[in-house]
Amino acid sequence: MSPGVLAAVQFSWLAVLPLGIVALAAVAVLLAGARAGQDQGEALGWFSAAALAAAALPVLASLGRSRLAFDGTVAVDAYSVYFELVILFASAMTVLISLRYVAEMGLAPGEYYALVLFAALGMMLMAAADDLILIFLGLETMSLAVYALAGFARRQARSAEAALKYFLLGAFSTGFLLYGIALIYGAAGTLKLEPLRAALAAGTDHRTLLLCGVGLVLIGFAFKVAAVPFHMWTPDAYEGAPTPIAGFMAVGVKLASFAAFLRVFGLHLGALAPTWTAVVWVVAALTMTAGNLIALAQQSLKRMLAYSAIAHAGYLLVGMAAGSNEAAGAILYYLLGYAFTNLGAFAVVVALERRGVEHESIADLRGLGARAPGLSAALALLLLSLTGMPPLAGFVGKLYLFKAALDSGLVWLVVIAVLNSVVSAYYYLRVLVAVYMQEGGVAVAPLAARPALLVAVGAAVLGTVLIGVFPAPYVAAAGAALRSALSLSSPGPLALIAR
Amino acid sequence: MVAPSYYLALSALLFGIGVVGVLVRRNAIVIFMSIEVMLNAANLAFVALGAEAGSVEGQAFVFFVLTVAAAEAAVGLAILIAVFRNRETVNADELTLLRW
Amino acid sequence: MANVTVPIVVTFVVAAAVVGLMVTVSRLLGPRQMTAVKGEAFECGNPASGSAWGRFSVHFYLVALLFLVLDVEVVLLYPWAVELRSSGIAGLVEALFFIAVLGVGLIYAWRIGALDWD
Repeated sequence: MSPGVLAAVQFSWLAVLPLGIVALAAVAVLLAGARAGQDQGEALGWFSAAALAAAALPVLASLGRSRLAFDGTVAVDAYSVYFELVILFASAMTVLISLRYVAEMGLAPGEYYALVLFAALGMMLMAAADDLILIFLGLETMSLAVYALAGFARRQARSAEAALKYFLLGAFSTGFLLYGIALIYGAAGTLKLEPLRAALAAGTDHRTLLLCGVGLVLIGFAFKVAAVPFHMWTPDAYEGAPTPIAGFMAVGVKLASFAAFLRVFGLHLGALAPTWTAVVWVVAALTMTAGNLIALAQQSLKRMLAYSAIAHAGYLLVGMAAGSNEAAGAILYYLLGYAFTNLGAFAVVVALERRGVEHESIADLRGLGARAPGLSAALALLLLSLTGMPPLAGFVGKLYLFKAALDSGLVWLVVIAVLNSVVSAYYYLRVLVAVYMQEGGVAVAPLAARPALLVAVGAAVLGTVLIGVFPAPYVAAAGAALRSALSLSSPGPLALIAR
Repeated sequence: MVAPSYYLALSALLFGIGVVGVLVRRNAIVIFMSIEVMLNAANLAFVALGAEAGSVEGQAFVFFVLTVAAAEAAVGLAILIAVFRNRETVNADELTLLRW
Repeated sequence: MANVTVPIVVTFVVAAAVVGLMVTVSRLLGPRQMTAVKGEAFECGNPASGSAWGRFSVHFYLVALLFLVLDVEVVLLYPWAVELRSSGIAGLVEALFFIAVLGVGLIYAWRIGALDWD
């Protein structure tokens, strides 16, 4: 082997070191957790969280050394670093939120944490993959683990049913994605994204085949990010799944899906943008409106948060439709704030669980303000951020996103988005009315007795405030991530659409 | 020699059969079988298009798809068993605990 | 084109003709007497017992799931087998690593008792 090849191989293995750490930890937890009782459960959880934190170190170390690894199939750039860090954080938060929950609900701890780690592995692979087949593999690694997690409380009919619905629709969407990938391969002769972009720029004589493929891949991604009309699985899957997993699905799965979606469509299929932006425009409008309107009618907090997650996917699709570099940066920033806020909101729902019974209807929250002032204040702040109240993360995210869309000339789409934000205030505030102005509801165990959960809620609140009040460093990081992905191994950014 | 477009047409037909199967059948196992038909349609397209391009890549992708499909089948059947133990049915129309 | 298609068509025609002939002739010439024994479900010579829709022990499903995964994943070793000579030691190490991962899965299944029949 020549020294150059050897260096490339070494670099490749270093590039996937974070993935390796997570994979090894998952296998270790799986083996150690086989037949482990609840008393070892907490230790397995802490070990998983520590492994996720350890994996963040090599991710950080690869900053500033942007290159393609494994023969151009894995991208090591600030873009993958950005998403991998947020995914690791979201996974670690999920573990912290789950610690007490897993014990009280009597779930098998070893398999639970191993599946969370495997899902995190798939998500990181999706964020780093620079090859359509590798994106497919990452997506499946993530999805298979999350299907199993959704049905983890398998003795509950609700959980099993949620898993079945999620699985069938998820596998259905995988079929679309895969067939689309096959057609793109036929039209362009490659599935690596960098050569694919070059091939598209050079033009292809199989344009019909290519457009069919792109359309099918778009449907596949629309399913994964829960865009209308491919959102039907979302509320059922979130409501039936164990609550920490619902949060993981709302944040982790969405982060990874948008990471791959944006890399493929925004960065590499930019040359085809005129063919798909109109579709994304319509889907964004439908997704925001349907998500918000149906959320108005919900009685279950989990189900309401599911529809709220659909609505937020709609806001993010506004950025996809805008298609400028600015909008892509706004999507990255928005996802960061969304991760903190939504994980926090689901953590609060987890905190309402008591003695193995979940309390997740809005009626259960009545009078919470008097019984648990700290928890209520946290919930209020997180819901206000989801509404888009200044100066919290949700507000600044929407501001950047909508401004980028305006700059791209999508005035009507922004009008629809702003109207939707107003509608959404109603159902978020309805929860706060129940918390602070009504009587009744159920008792909650004090948060101080559950330190891991306390830390998770605290981190979510702190993040939501910090990202909103001091947005500059996070916006800069998002911008740097994007520039790095654009400049990687190509002479100049030709992709994001020049309108 | 059969023209590559014939293979592609056959795979499109298979894919269509799979999609229609998912949409009209009500038994979860049959829905899942239809999804497998969709995946195999993609496999056929990969092989045909790879052969047309004179590259072995298309066939290599099929290996990945096959193994992923097997893992998916294992997870899916496990979920089906869990549902059946709870509900004694795998008919999609009867799974109505979760409804808006 | 034609010299490839013609034998295939001939094969199909001959096959259809042979099958058609066998079915018609046996229907025309064969005696038909329905008895209780003939009406029974065929269970390899044993007297039939129980309902045809009887439920199987869940162990069968567990074994089937394990077999499905371990059986199919081995397909990834075929490309290595084809490139055995040219991939050298690096290929061997990677293949062994892959087999080790499958082995870990088996150990896990064994430890949780998925392989015990009782």
